[in-house]
Amino acid sequence: MSKTAVRPSALRAGAFAALVAASFMAAPSSVLAADPIKIGSVVSATGPASFLGDPEQKTLKLYVEALNKKGGLMGRPVELVLYDDGGDANKARTFATRLIEDDKVIAMVGGTTTGTTMAMIPVFEDAKVAFISLAGAIEIVEPVRAFVFKTPHTDKTACQKIFEDLKGRKLTKIGMISGTDGFGKSMRAQCLKVIGDYGISVLADESYGPSDADMTPQLNKIKNTAGVQALVNPGFGQGPAIVTRNYAQLGISVPLYQSHGVASKSFIDLAGAAAEGVRLPAPALLIADKLAGTDPQKAVVTEYKKSYESATGQPVSTFGGYAYDGIQILVSAIERAKSVEPQKIRDAVEATKNHVGTTGIYNMSAKDHLGLGTESFRMLEIRKGDWVPLAGVQN
Amino acid sequence: MLAAVVTSRLATLLFLALVIAVVPVLAPSSFYLRVASLVWIFALAALGLTILMGYAGQVSLGHAGFLGIGAYAVAVGPARLGLDPLLSFFLGAALCGLVAYAVGKPILRLKGYYLAIATLGFGLIVALVLHSEAAVTGGPDGIQVARITLFGWRISGATTWYWVTAGALMIGAALALNIAASPSGRTLRALHDSEVAATGVGVDVAARKLAAFVVSAVYAGVAGGLLALMNGFITPETASFMHSIELVAMVIIGGTGSVLGAVVGSAFLTVLPQALTILQEYEQAVLGLLIMVFMIFLPAGIVSSLKRFVLDRAP
Repeated sequence: MSKTAVRPSALRAGAFAALVAASFMAAPSSVLAADPIKIGSVVSATGPASFLGDPEQKTLKLYVEALNKKGGLMGRPVELVLYDDGGDANKARTFATRLIEDDKVIAMVGGTTTGTTMAMIPVFEDAKVAFISLAGAIEIVEPVRAFVFKTPHTDKTACQKIFEDLKGRKLTKIGMISGTDGFGKSMRAQCLKVIGDYGISVLADESYGPSDADMTPQLNKIKNTAGVQALVNPGFGQGPAIVTRNYAQLGISVPLYQSHGVASKSFIDLAGAAAEGVRLPAPALLIADKLAGTDPQKAVVTEYKKSYESATGQPVSTFGGYAYDGIQILVSAIERAKSVEPQKIRDAVEATKNHVGTTGIYNMSAKDHLGLGTESFRMLEIRKGDWVPLAGVQN
Repeated sequence: MLAAVVTSRLATLLFLALVIAVVPVLAPSSFYLRVASLVWIFALAALGLTILMGYAGQVSLGHAGFLGIGAYAVAVGPARLGLDPLLSFFLGAALCGLVAYAVGKPILRLKGYYLAIATLGFGLIVALVLHSEAAVTGGPDGIQVARITLFGWRISGATTWYWVTAGALMIGAALALNIAASPSGRTLRALHDSEVAATGVGVDVAARKLAAFVVSAVYAGVAGGLLALMNGFITPETASFMHSIELVAMVIIGGTGSVLGAVVGSAFLTVLPQALTILQEYEQAVLGLLIMVFMIFLPAGIVSSLKRFVLDRAP
């Protein structure tokens, strides 16, 4: 239930007084005395989704702080009006209304979960103010809504990345084993939607529950299905680690593909030696130090990682990266639009081209309010307990 | 004279009506109307709990479950079954009553805190079902709620919803006040004071408790339905355990057994977090501190304590 306003109105009065005083003393250089540009944000910094919302909140604050140090935006200071919805869609909706009606923000970057984002969308659509969401589901931008954008890549892109790699290895008949949790279900559905584009077919389609401790029977079934050339495991949490261990125990010889849901060190720790040779799609931020010097994302990823880790003392996460990309896209749109008029900002966000972010390279259009392709994922292989980016494919 | 006003049913309703009429005049933007609408909605749910806790002396720790059932009824009905939103709204409220009857019937024969524990379990189960039955409920990501039309008139906009929710609260408050003054209300209070004595004078304790539980569930169901229709989107968070606790807290802070208390409690926990955002990270600590201060100095709840203060000094 905690809500944070980066610039509380009580302090605002004091700050304003100080600014007025400062402008009298140093009138010519006082760009900050101008009216601030208000950018809104509602994130789930507390509650069950805080592992997503907290890095987002910190990233947004850090970015705006740095921006103001550099002189702000179009000579005006930027004010971030940030509220914490605690993961509650109803509260998110109330804060969204507050941002529009009371704070009168010119755009919004936020919406940590799909639930809070979906609850806030009508507020921004009605008010005709751009809303850059930080949540995963594809429903946010499909069908396209005029004022709604998002920065995180979707499960669909991860599926496409995996299928691209499979096709490159001429493996066209796969077995699939998916978690029945939200992530596994959604990714399985997205994979099945695009699988036809790659001429790949699923010969065995198994599933497991989020708390299952053994997937040997399902894997045995896949092992005994004739013609299976690869195994794909859309899943999140512990399940994929167990699948990987069982896969090694059963001596299954076809390659195993995990999803971006396990793109974390804890997966390698949990799966142990069994993870050797497993491939998975992952964002560039995960392997910032391993990116080639010529990689287009190298600079932005390294800079974000450095500034975030030095300011917070915590390891960088892809979730914070979504917020970093979101606010950067917005700021660059405002600069290009040379205006703080919400409609012009929206048009400029939609016209985002070749924007290099931490997640990928954004190319938005009237039909695509996400603008990420499969190049936003890097295909990694786990070798000797570490990720190795596979060369030749896009990077 | 003052004592008569403080205890009068009509005065309570008139006061509530006055507050409802004044808020839109003072509200600088529709954001304030939205917050007020939320106060009315949660006050309605808290009113139901007031009947259960204040009148019958039973605690429910799973009332958000009924809020969730009412809310998902208006989402699932039109989306999956093709029902009219308004019909779904009433079916949802009726379903809450039925579920409360089925759950309460065996449990309320038991004495002590069994109801609290059983309702706790009930609330958790509802939240679990809403989370996991994604094919029907949309899962953790929530579900879109169809906009409602009444006689060809689309109900939308903060001002409209303000009056709809305020109207629902007025009806709910009038019913609750009448229940309190009716023979049923008096038997409820009799069993609140002493179950043994109430049984002794011929009150069917189990049946009365059950009736109070069913009524309170319907209140929560109506509140949930209004919340879903107003927001146009609903997530399983609505039925969460924390929400149940929040509802109980509203009743206790406002004053157990008082109709205005439910409204004041709802306002306390809905408006205060919005006002405290200026404190940033300290907001939750200050909210907790304020609740403690109020409970120490106004132990019977804000409204009940003030009422007693007036009555003690009345000639």
